[in-house]
Amino acid sequence: MHYEAPIRKPLIIGDKSYHDITVDIARPVETKAPRSWWLVFGISLAAFLWGIGCILYTIGVGIGTWGLNKTVGWAWDITNFVWWVGIGHAGTLISAVLLLFRQKWRMSINRSAEAMTIFSVIQAALFPGIHMGRIWLAYFVMPIPNQFGSLWVNFNSPLLWDVFAISTYFTVSVVFWYVGLIPDFAMIRDRAIRPVTKHIYKILSFGWGGKAKHWQRFEEVSLVLAGLATPLVLSVHTIVSMDFATSVIPGWHTTIFPPYFVAGAIFSGFAMVNTLLIIVRKVFRMEDYITIQHIEMMNIIIMLTGSIVGIAYITELFIAWYSGVEYEQYAFLNRATGPYWWAYWSMMTCNVFSPQFMWFKKLRTSLIFSFIISIVVNIGMWFERFVIIVTSLHRDYLPSSWSMFSPSFVDIGIFIGTIGFFFVLFLLYARSFPVIAQAELKTILKSSGENYKKLQEKDGHH
Amino acid sequence: MLIGAVSIGASFFMGEGHHEGGEHTENHEGGEAAHHGEGEHADHVEANHHEEAAHGEHAAHGDHPYHADPSMNDEFHKTASRATRENNHFYSAEEHHDAEHAHHQVQNKPWANLLVNNFFFLAVALGALFFLAIQYAAQAGWAIVVTRVMEAMSQFLVIPVLIMIVLIVLGLGHSHHLWHWMQEGIMNPASENYDEIIAGKEGFLNGPFYIARSVIYLIGWVGAALLLRKMSLKMATTADPQRHWVKMRNLSAGFLVFFAVTSSTSAWDWIMSIDTHWFSTLFGWYVFAGMFVSALTVLTMLVLFLKSIGLLPEVNHSHIQDLGKFMFAFSIFWTYLWFSQFMLIWYSNIPEEVTYYMARWGEYKGLFFTMVAMNFLFPVLILMSRDTKRNYGFLITAGIIMIIGHWLDVYIMVTPGTVGSHWSIGLVQLGTFLGYAGLFLFVVFRSLAKAKLMPEGHPMLQESKYHHI
Repeated sequence: MHYEAPIRKPLIIGDKSYHDITVDIARPVETKAPRSWWLVFGISLAAFLWGIGCILYTIGVGIGTWGLNKTVGWAWDITNFVWWVGIGHAGTLISAVLLLFRQKWRMSINRSAEAMTIFSVIQAALFPGIHMGRIWLAYFVMPIPNQFGSLWVNFNSPLLWDVFAISTYFTVSVVFWYVGLIPDFAMIRDRAIRPVTKHIYKILSFGWGGKAKHWQRFEEVSLVLAGLATPLVLSVHTIVSMDFATSVIPGWHTTIFPPYFVAGAIFSGFAMVNTLLIIVRKVFRMEDYITIQHIEMMNIIIMLTGSIVGIAYITELFIAWYSGVEYEQYAFLNRATGPYWWAYWSMMTCNVFSPQFMWFKKLRTSLIFSFIISIVVNIGMWFERFVIIVTSLHRDYLPSSWSMFSPSFVDIGIFIGTIGFFFVLFLLYARSFPVIAQAELKTILKSSGENYKKLQEKDGHH
Repeated sequence: MLIGAVSIGASFFMGEGHHEGGEHTENHEGGEAAHHGEGEHADHVEANHHEEAAHGEHAAHGDHPYHADPSMNDEFHKTASRATRENNHFYSAEEHHDAEHAHHQVQNKPWANLLVNNFFFLAVALGALFFLAIQYAAQAGWAIVVTRVMEAMSQFLVIPVLIMIVLIVLGLGHSHHLWHWMQEGIMNPASENYDEIIAGKEGFLNGPFYIARSVIYLIGWVGAALLLRKMSLKMATTADPQRHWVKMRNLSAGFLVFFAVTSSTSAWDWIMSIDTHWFSTLFGWYVFAGMFVSALTVLTMLVLFLKSIGLLPEVNHSHIQDLGKFMFAFSIFWTYLWFSQFMLIWYSNIPEEVTYYMARWGEYKGLFFTMVAMNFLFPVLILMSRDTKRNYGFLITAGIIMIIGHWLDVYIMVTPGTVGSHWSIGLVQLGTFLGYAGLFLFVVFRSLAKAKLMPEGHPMLQESKYHHI
């Protein structure tokens, strides 16, 4: 039998029955979109279209349209790439790692977090693509035998490992997400009135019948996918970090990068989940499912990973001094006090200091404050990548080639475009998919629902 | 009856330790003093033997222009100081035939052995304390039935940390040369031993600050271990266990912050500074991963032992499987960090870093790869399946391999920089290990015998008893 300590707070608030959950979660899919949705969608779409324009301009003219120069050969492109990949970490972490750790609170947030993961990995994948210049030759990144001679990919390059890691991660994330969606699509199918809607959701739900055998297979597949996804979550940002760490550039080559990047990715991913869900719970009136406790838990993870990242920053700084290597020492001195000092201190403030407020219960249970911090953290994490990439490059071994980087309107346009694209996808998702994994959530109603908890207390603990 | 059973368990294990150790007498209550006294004594005998052998060799070969007694010869000092200034001081004495160095390395042998075992058991106790604090901070429910075992393990911590401080004081007094930077005059430009790179680290690696840090670790860790234990015992009698539990959560969170910093800095202090020139930002986390997995393994084996003598009936197959999962998962985590550090240094292949693995790739190659296989392949293959994680035989097999593997890991971190090519693993190492193991088990079982094995009053206890997966 399952028993939960009475000290644990309810994860579903109010006097809910199974049917109430169904109705609450199907509502956004079954009702018409409010005006505010159209407004935000319109803005996002405009940003997206502007981004497409800039991307087409880049492809047509070449990456000379960006602000890159011969010293700073990587800047916003890779910064944005790493930023988006990082954000794409929380979803699978929530659904896979928290599943393995049997954290029940993940059930109200995993669906949206996974959606966010998939959408942000799509944004990330754009950047290496357009950075190639000749995107129509993109198939060369795959190790395919070809008829153009003995031209093979460079298996020694971490950039190639990225291709494998991210495409695997993306595939498994999509499968994981979809498997979880099947019973929920079936729920919408069963409730649908219009035949077209019914037909679409019928196809999407793969003929789910809710039989015991279906559930057994569902749970087995979930567990296997969670097992597969867990090392994948770690591998993706590990390999992204190796894009830098395998080099011999001071500031890039440091052994702490793999786990530190993973921690930073989880950090920014959870911040983005918080940003999105604080809005979703309000707009869709899902406060009973995505409770303050959920927000609080995510804030604690933000605080934890932010502190891990902080320790990594300080470790890097300290070891740079300790190493006695002049170049290493200069790279970090230049970061903190050179011309890009403002980027470094923005990063420190946003990523290390701001999450420390979450030590206070009052602050981490405040919605407004959590929302602000979640935005601040994502700004900080963008700066982190910018600091690592640009400050390590802009002053190289040859002082005569030292330079600065300033983004062109195309750089900025593409970045804004990806933010637009991301929100376009997320907004479409929010109105057509059940945003909470209701089938899974129902499994904890009797152990973690407020009404059942009260009943248990009244009748004694068993 | 409980106390009786535990004491029997303790004496049985202790006895086994003594018996197999060979160097120890059957002194059950003697504990600390007897163990160490004898362990070290044995080591010294062994070391003296080696020392003589080494000197004999030098004399026989006639490679060196100086006499076997280095202090008599000026020529010797010049050679030595030149060799020291050359970066690769800690690798293979054979390259520069540095007699003082070889002499130091041989002299270091018993000390290095002590450091390896001391650090390994320190790691086991500290890892257990970390896991205990996690249980509170993360509001975990499942593992409450085994928290008393974690508490007992953490009570051992004070002994190895104190021995570490003694080792440091002796090192600063030049009784041994485990930490190269403690060498006389190494940071003094006027000295023949001057090493510019090491002198650049003086702000961190200097006697007073170094000792101060170790004392801070002692206070912080041991303080947390004692306090958590005390509060846990009070849980049964306190009027409001929930508030008490929240207090313990806060204490644990505070300790975890302290631990997050000190686990890294202590690894730099005690282990990384052996190879003083070398540096790696990941090192602290790597040592932490090994520490945690060793502690989890020892915890699992202690729980299995207690179950086998009929204690801990509340621990069911689900708990055992979860402990096995932790062993499995953190073995992979350890391997992840091992690989990250190794691969990045190997790939970049820059001299100031790669020297570390050159030394381990050389004379230690066999041991190095055996260690990785033991800590990765075996746990992964043995503990992958659900059934093996519920089978005591498999768990104990994996556990023994992992304990040896992680001991070897510590050995390979310490030995190349301290004794160079003069390494060996034999009865002395085994004896010291078993001596420490005996002492550790003595402390653990004595602590277990002092209180009920179930932390009564714990708000999560009931949930843990019903744990089922």
